Amino acid sequence: MSLLQTENIVKQYRTQLALDNLSMTVPKQSIYGLLGPNGAGKTTLLRIINQITAPDSGKVVLDGHQISRNDLSSIGYLPEERGLYKKMKVGEQSLYLARLKGLSKQDAMSRLKKWFTKLEIIDWWDKKVEELSKGMQQKIQFVTTVLHEPKLLIFDEPFSGFDPINASILKNEILKLRDDGATVLFSTHNMGSVEEMCDHITLIDRAKSILEGSVSKIREEWAANEYDVVFRSEADIQSNRHYQVLKTNRENGRTSVRLKAEGNIDMNNIIRDMTDKGKLLSFNPALPSMNEIFIRVVEANKNN
Amino acid sequence: MSNITTIISREYSTRVKKKSFIIMTVLTPLIFVALFLIPVLIMGNEDKEFKRIAVIEDGSDLFKGVLKDREDADFVYLENADANELKTTFEDIGYYGILYISPVVTNVPQAVQLISKKQPPLDLLQYIERTLEQDIENKKLLAYNIEDLDEILKSVQTDVSVQTIRIDDAGQTKETSTGISMALAYIGALLMYMIVLLFGVQVMRGVFEEKNSRIVEVIISSVKPVELMLGKIIGIALVGLTQFSIWIILTFGILTVVQSQVLPDDPQEIRKQISQSVMSQVPSSQDSQITEQTIELSAQEEEFAKIYTNLMNVNWPLILTSFFFYFIFGYLLYASIFAAIGSAVDTDSDTQQFMFPIMLPIILGLFVALGTMENPESSLSFWFSMIPFTSPIVMMARLPFEVPVWEVIVSVIVLIATFIGFVYLAAKIYRVGILMYGKKVTYKEMWKWIKYKG
Repeated sequence: MSLLQTENIVKQYRTQLALDNLSMTVPKQSIYGLLGPNGAGKTTLLRIINQITAPDSGKVVLDGHQISRNDLSSIGYLPEERGLYKKMKVGEQSLYLARLKGLSKQDAMSRLKKWFTKLEIIDWWDKKVEELSKGMQQKIQFVTTVLHEPKLLIFDEPFSGFDPINASILKNEILKLRDDGATVLFSTHNMGSVEEMCDHITLIDRAKSILEGSVSKIREEWAANEYDVVFRSEADIQSNRHYQVLKTNRENGRTSVRLKAEGNIDMNNIIRDMTDKGKLLSFNPALPSMNEIFIRVVEANKNN
Repeated sequence: MSNITTIISREYSTRVKKKSFIIMTVLTPLIFVALFLIPVLIMGNEDKEFKRIAVIEDGSDLFKGVLKDREDADFVYLENADANELKTTFEDIGYYGILYISPVVTNVPQAVQLISKKQPPLDLLQYIERTLEQDIENKKLLAYNIEDLDEILKSVQTDVSVQTIRIDDAGQTKETSTGISMALAYIGALLMYMIVLLFGVQVMRGVFEEKNSRIVEVIISSVKPVELMLGKIIGIALVGLTQFSIWIILTFGILTVVQSQVLPDDPQEIRKQISQSVMSQVPSSQDSQITEQTIELSAQEEEFAKIYTNLMNVNWPLILTSFFFYFIFGYLLYASIFAAIGSAVDTDSDTQQFMFPIMLPIILGLFVALGTMENPESSLSFWFSMIPFTSPIVMMARLPFEVPVWEVIVSVIVLIATFIGFVYLAAKIYRVGILMYGKKVTYKEMWKWIKYKG
């Protein structure tokens, strides 16, 4: 069941094509990553979904109907270029942004108090924004994005500028929101967060979608028949006709080896072979990191 | 619709709560009242010290006894005194100053000197000048030996003051005063000029602030860009109206209080005097018995009465309604242009480049308005009061001189039409501009934004 679909979106700016026939399907209650190099067209796509910009052709479907301005109150958007009124007080400003999303004053007030207490920022209520650090401001922006409990949450580079502690708080809150029923679409350069959080991704490069699907499937597909083997003891593994040893690592009495299977050799054979060599601790197919996949796919696309 | 009211109320309340707004709002009427009062106070506080003045004539006694003692000054005629000698000692022997009259005084105006340590009051100087002039004139006339000179002079004396009376199409006559019309024209035009600039620039700064602090994208993910733009423009207009209302109320309030406290004249009394002299327009110059002082007083009264009737004859309903419309639409026109500029630029210094072309018609309008006061019926004034970019300022200057209502209506309609067109264009520039960072914007670029669709 999908919550959001973009169908054949085309957006042409004067000098460049920003989006070329882009289609994507975001399943309900999932976390969807939008990846791609700078200038690939991610922000343009997010702006089109938020109806800040209109596409030249193609359509956006939300919950089964073509998206309209009435849907804006069920979307929360944290843009990449984000800020707050510097001279306004934190509480006043958060109330204002909540009212613009259609919340009543009382409703907005009680929800804000709840969130501010939860994120330990309630003491800043009467402070002016310019007195706060950048990290504090980002917490406030996050709260105002999710406050009206939208079914679709869109974050453009949510982690940029966050310190590790606040980034992990934010990560956990996003996961919680997904578990509570929200669908999250976010763009990022942080591949670590993609592996940790995303269920699905689309990789956009030069206006086109060049890779899409569930993260685990993509990583399996890109796995190059490699295995990580760890022994509880010292072990000496040499390359043979079944496999090739790519690297060996000995540490604290343990031995880690990366093997590349030759041809279509059966995994069972390798495991059997390994159990003879020492006390086996783990045997895993070596999945490529999203970072590797990203670089390889984009490099390959460049050469096309 | 509820979004735009939320925006308007934020724009309004954040500005009205600012310290600078409160200070400006309270201080301006005080300054205004001070400007009005200081001359009055200075006049009332003039040098009341009693002065003894030594009158010294060089080699003759033509003016002995001519200068009569006044309330605040005695004139002591010293015969055979040496002015040079007295110069160093006059203060010690109790004189305020020395009036030295040289014998060439009948031909050379500069032949009279008043030597003193302090600056003598203007009033005293004028008295001396007037008396000596009169005396010399009389003496010169007497030298012609004309019989019945007094009679002749009396019958020759005339006083002319031109009264301007305008006849409207219905044949009704109206007394008008060019002076009052000019004052009203000046105030109206200047006020309009200030409003457009002051609040227009505020709109530009506000838009620029939103773009620069990067909050704008958050907001336009909830509301349409045009709603945000119009909300800001309307909010600031309300701030302007609030400020003006407070200014007017405070100014009149303070004036009334100060008038009853500081000024000796009871305003009730003045009003009574005025109405009396309006009723009984007795030409005072025919009465030969009245003293110089009463002539002066009644002339003053007459002046008051004239101002009063002329003020009553000004077409206030037309001026005030027009002011309201020109204020609203003149401001809206310029505010939308200012909003477009604020959205397009990236840095404060970039605004200069775009400010100039907007300032041009505003300043031109003010210049034409000033010219209009001299010559209200010129075709230059007519056309500039029709062109929408200058019409708010120029028409305000024309209105006190009586403008046909159809001209005002046409001018306002042209203004409204232009405003609608410009809001449309400005919204298009605004929508693209607020999301455009790090780009040096040109007119060509903006024109392309206007043509973007969607």
